Amino acid sequence: MRDVSTASLQVEPMLEPHPDQHGPLQPPPPQPELDPVSRAWVASLRPAAPGHDEAVARLRALLLRAARFEAGRRRDALRFLRPSELDDIAEEAASDALLAVLAHLDDFRGLSRFTTWAYKFALLEAAVKLRRRAWQDREMPVEAAAWDVLAARTDDPSVAVERSDLLRAVQAAIEEQLTPHQRRVLLALAVQGVPIDVLAERLSTTRGALYKTLHDARRKLRRELAAAGYDLDVGEEVS
Amino acid sequence: MTDHHDPDLLLGRLLGPSEPEVACETCFEELDRYVDLELAGRNADAEVPGLRAHLDGCPACHEEYESLKQFAGGGA
Repeated sequence: MRDVSTASLQVEPMLEPHPDQHGPLQPPPPQPELDPVSRAWVASLRPAAPGHDEAVARLRALLLRAARFEAGRRRDALRFLRPSELDDIAEEAASDALLAVLAHLDDFRGLSRFTTWAYKFALLEAAVKLRRRAWQDREMPVEAAAWDVLAARTDDPSVAVERSDLLRAVQAAIEEQLTPHQRRVLLALAVQGVPIDVLAERLSTTRGALYKTLHDARRKLRRELAAAGYDLDVGEEVS
Repeated sequence: MTDHHDPDLLLGRLLGPSEPEVACETCFEELDRYVDLELAGRNADAEVPGLRAHLDGCPACHEEYESLKQFAGGGA
């Protein structure tokens, strides 16, 4: 299988248990019985099942529709591509997703509809390929540019004083508390908007490993700033 | 490119979510369940804790969540 993006998500668990919350560490819910439609999909996709080839073809058509949907969502960022190139990426994503779904069939737990489970493979494959294609000919922004952005925000007279102070403290903590790798990853992802899959590819690592680095850096900053008495109640939706 | 003009957004991206969050791998494993729970009108955040915080902290997973919710919900 070529460039299976699901593999790029692999990483050791990063969650640190929160003393007051056991949520993310709860055991998975008991496995329910599959709904009839999902059961039919899984049965028909088994290698020796009657109608296997037809089921695989139907699944691929669904995955292609999902991949094309993702390509359509990103069309504006990929205006430099011909429509046929965009569709080639969708086709490739659908093929890779099909292989991934068939390889992971035994992992389907029936906690969602089978089609929702399968679609996520196609959407991930397409999203990763399209993000990488959008950045294929672009250089990674240099770290100095990120510092310029932060300095511009901090010195902006229209920004409230307490926000400027917090931004200044964040910059100091980035400089003093983070390792060079954490600093590079944080600035590229959080300030310069480099997609995580793109950065992972350039640094020859995985998305999961990079997010772990980002997570550790953020926690270090939060600890440092909280200890210094800053109010960290800022808008948290970062997408 | 990141929107540099909103200091709260920039701070949010730098500091990430304050709540415990799952990793990208777990997010991918649970995303279909989370989305189908939401589409069924159930409390997905209670049933899949830590996932919403991750979606708030990880733009790539958030994009994939938005796509899956829209596509699986028939909005495609």
